[in-house]
Amino acid sequence: MLRRDFLRLIGAGALIPWNAQLAFAAAPAADYRRLLVLVELKGGNDGLNSVIPYADTSYYRLRPRLGIARDQVVQLDTATGLHPALKPLWPLWQAQELAIVQGIGYPKPNLSHFRSIEIWDTASDSDDYLEQGWLSQVFGRNPPPRPFAADGVVVGSSELGPLAGGSTRAIALANTEQFLRQAKQMQAGGGQSRNPALAHLLKVEGDIRQAASGLKSGHSFRTAFPKNGFGNNIKTAAQVVAANAGVAVIKLSHNGFDTHSNQLNVHARLLSELAEGLAAFKSAMQELNRWDTTLVMTYAEFGRRPQENGSGGTDHGTANAHFLLGGRVQGGLYGERPALTQLESGNLRYAVDFRQLYAVAAERWWGLPARSLFGGKFAPLAVLRV
Amino acid sequence: MRALLTVLFLLPIPVFAAGMGYDDARHLLTRTGFAPTGSEIQKYAALTRDAAADRLLAGVHTEARTPLPDSALEFVPRERLRKLKNAPEAERKAFLREQIEKSLELRAWWYREMLETDSPLTEKMTLFWHNHFVSSQQKVKSPVLMARQNQLLRRYALGNFGELLHAVARDPAMVVYLDNVSNKKGSPNENFAREVMELFTLGEGQYSEQDIKEAARAFTGWSLDRKTGEYRFYRRLHDSGEKTVLGRRGNFNGDEVLDILLAQPATAEFVTGKLWREFISPVADATEVKRLAGVFRDSRYNTRALMRALLTSDSFFAPQNRAVLIKSPVELVVGTLRLFEIHPADLRPVALAARNLGQDVFGPPNVKGWPGGEAWINSATLLGRRQLLARLFRAEEMPAASDDGMAGRGGKRPQRMALRMQPDYLFNGAHWFSQFGANGSAARQQVTRLVLATAPQETPPASTDNLSFLSALVLDPVYQLK
Repeated sequence: MLRRDFLRLIGAGALIPWNAQLAFAAAPAADYRRLLVLVELKGGNDGLNSVIPYADTSYYRLRPRLGIARDQVVQLDTATGLHPALKPLWPLWQAQELAIVQGIGYPKPNLSHFRSIEIWDTASDSDDYLEQGWLSQVFGRNPPPRPFAADGVVVGSSELGPLAGGSTRAIALANTEQFLRQAKQMQAGGGQSRNPALAHLLKVEGDIRQAASGLKSGHSFRTAFPKNGFGNNIKTAAQVVAANAGVAVIKLSHNGFDTHSNQLNVHARLLSELAEGLAAFKSAMQELNRWDTTLVMTYAEFGRRPQENGSGGTDHGTANAHFLLGGRVQGGLYGERPALTQLESGNLRYAVDFRQLYAVAAERWWGLPARSLFGGKFAPLAVLRV
Repeated sequence: MRALLTVLFLLPIPVFAAGMGYDDARHLLTRTGFAPTGSEIQKYAALTRDAAADRLLAGVHTEARTPLPDSALEFVPRERLRKLKNAPEAERKAFLREQIEKSLELRAWWYREMLETDSPLTEKMTLFWHNHFVSSQQKVKSPVLMARQNQLLRRYALGNFGELLHAVARDPAMVVYLDNVSNKKGSPNENFAREVMELFTLGEGQYSEQDIKEAARAFTGWSLDRKTGEYRFYRRLHDSGEKTVLGRRGNFNGDEVLDILLAQPATAEFVTGKLWREFISPVADATEVKRLAGVFRDSRYNTRALMRALLTSDSFFAPQNRAVLIKSPVELVVGTLRLFEIHPADLRPVALAARNLGQDVFGPPNVKGWPGGEAWINSATLLGRRQLLARLFRAEEMPAASDDGMAGRGGKRPQRMALRMQPDYLFNGAHWFSQFGANGSAARQQVTRLVLATAPQETPPASTDNLSFLSALVLDPVYQLK
C-alpha cells in the first residue's frame, strides 16, 4: 500500500517498465464503483433475427420461413432494424443509450457451445486454452477493493463463467433474502488446506461470510419487474445494487437461445423477455441514481447460421450482434452490417473481435491501463461517453 | 486435537490378516457407490483389493430391481400432442401437470433404485453413462423415452462400449435430443454428428468441421416412429452418397462412421480419462490413462475389463488421491440416506433437493453434462447442501424443496415443487448410534472414521451430545469430500 502510493507519487510507473511487478503496483486504482452487468444469452442468440438487415434481399433469400418482414421490423435506419419483440428497447435507442455492435466474433470460430463459450469466458484465442475467466484475469491484476461484499455476483445460474478461477470472490445466488438467511447459519470458521477440493470449499465459505456481511435485501422499487425467469434475475440484480455494499460485476443469464427447430415463436418470447427485463433494469438503476455508473453488455457463445435449416430453426453460427446500454453509452450502430453474400462455409465473417468489448469494460469503463488485458492487442470500441 | 485425529486416521485398524482393511474398503465402496454403512465396509475390509474389485464387478446387474412406474411405460404419440395444441386451456394444463407428475415419478424411481440397490456400482455406472451420453427431458419431453434410455445405459453399465455407442445412436431419446430426428438428406442437421465426436468418442480438437458436415450426412434418416416412439430408419431421407470422414472415404452409413470413430485411439483415451476423473482424482495421470486406455482397446472396449484395471490400480488407492473428489448432489443426498439408514416412502422430495443443488437426473444442463468437481460448489450450492444436512440432524422436517438453492438451469420450475418431506425422513439417532458401542470416545472415533473421508476441519468438542456431534461432522466441509 505504502509502496504503491510512493510509486504513484513519483510517477515511477512509467519509468520502470522493465520491472513488471513494480509497474503493475504503480497502476492507478481502477474505478470499480462503476458497475458492469453482463447478460449471457445462453445457447447462442440468433443475432441476425435480433438486429435485422431488413433492406438486404439476401436476408430474405436465406430465411424464407424465419425472415422478419420489413413492415414488422423496428427500423433504426434505412438498412437495419430490431426484431419487433425488442420494442421495449426503443426508448433507450431514442435516448442514445443503446449501442448495437454488429459482426462480433473472433478468428477461427469454434461452433461447439462449450468450447466457444469457454473462449468467450476466458477471452482466449480459438486454439488457446486458458483456465481463468477474463474477469478473474482482470481482477487478478487489479483486484476490486477488499471491503467490497464480493468481486462479482452471478444471478440465477451456478456457472461462474468469466468470474471462474483465480482468487476472484464470486457469489452465486438465486435471490438475496434466501442467501442471507442461509448464510446466517454458517458459523465462523476458516483455515486452509493443501487438498485443492477442501481449499475450494473453505474459500467459498469465506466468500459467503464476507458477502453476507455486506448485502441487504428488501429495497422496495417503484419499478415493476417482469414476472418471468429473466425478470426475477433482473430484480435480484437490482437488489444487489441497492445494497450498496460494493460489487464490481453482476452476471445474469437468459436461457434457451439454442433454437435448432421451430424457432419463430420461441425466439420472439425470449427477445421480449430480454427487452422488457433490460428496460426494467434501467428504470431500477435510475431509481437508485446508478444508471450513469452502470454498463450493461450482452454476450453469447456465437450467433446462428444465416441460412435457416430444414426444421424451422437455425444451426450454430459465428459472428453476432450484441447490445451495450447504460447512462454513459454513446448510442448508435457499430461494427459492420452482416455481409450475407460473402459467407465463409455458410457463416458470417466477423468484423469486431469480442475482446474489443472486454477492453471497453476494462480500459474505458474501469480505467485500467491499456495492455493490462490480452496483451493490449484489442483496441476498445469508442462506445462510451466517458 | 486435529493433529491427533490425523494420526488416528493414519493408523491401520487391525482386521483380518490378508484383507485390505477398513480405510481401503471405505474408500473403494465410497468411490464405487454412495456412502457405505459400517457393516458393508467390514465385509470388504476382509478381502484383498483384487477380490474386492471382482466381487463388486460381479455384483453389477443389467436391470433395475425397482419396477418402473406405469406412467413411464406408455408412450404418448406425437399426434396426441398435436391435438392438444388446439385443446381447451384446462385440458392442456391438466396434461402439463400430468407430465410433471410423471417426470417426478420417474426421478423418484431412479432414486429408489439408488437407495435400495445391492449394487451401488450399477447405478454409479448408469449415472456415469447418463453424464456421458447426455439427453435431457427438457428437450426430449417424453418420460417414457428417458426411462428407456436409462434402461439401455444400465444394460451396458459394464458392457461393451462400442455396442453401447451404436445403441445410443439409435436411442429414441438421443435421436430427439440431438436433433437427428430432423436430419434429412439435402438438409442435414449436424448436432448429433458434432457431439458424437466431441463428447462421446474423440474429444474436442480431434476432428475438423468438414468431418462433422460429412458425418452428419451418414446419420440422415435415423429417426423414430412417431406412433410407438421406437427407432426407425427412413431410407428415402438417407443420404447414401460418398462421404469423407477422418481421412476415410466411402458411402458410409451411420454405423460405419461410428466404427471409424471407435478405430481412433483417441476414443479409448477420452473415455478412460473421464472415468479416471469420476473414480480416482480430478486430474488424470497421462501415463496411467494411456496404460488403462490400452487395456480398454485390447479388450475391444470391454468396460468391465477397464474398470477392473482402474479399481485395482495403485493410483486408485494412492494416499494423495483420497478425499480429493467433491460429492455430486446425488452422491451427497443418496449417500446420506444410505449411511444414516433413512428409507423414506416418498423420494420425490429427494429428487427435487438434488435438483436444487445443481443435479437434476434426467435433466443435465446441456449436452456436455454436469461439469462436476469444484463446479459443484459455489456459494449457492454450498449453502443449500448445509441447509439440507442441518435440518436432517436437527430432527426437523426436511426443507420444502421449492426455493432452496439454485433452480435447475434452463427450464421452468414444475408447479408442484413444494412437496414437504414426510416424517419418515427423520433420522433415528439413538438406534443408529447403538452400533458403535457404549464407550463414548472410542465410539466417536469410529463414527468420525465412517462419516468422513479424512480428518474433520474442525473437531466437535467432546462435551456435545451425540446428535450435535454428528450434526457438526456432516456440516464440516470435509463431509462434502469423497
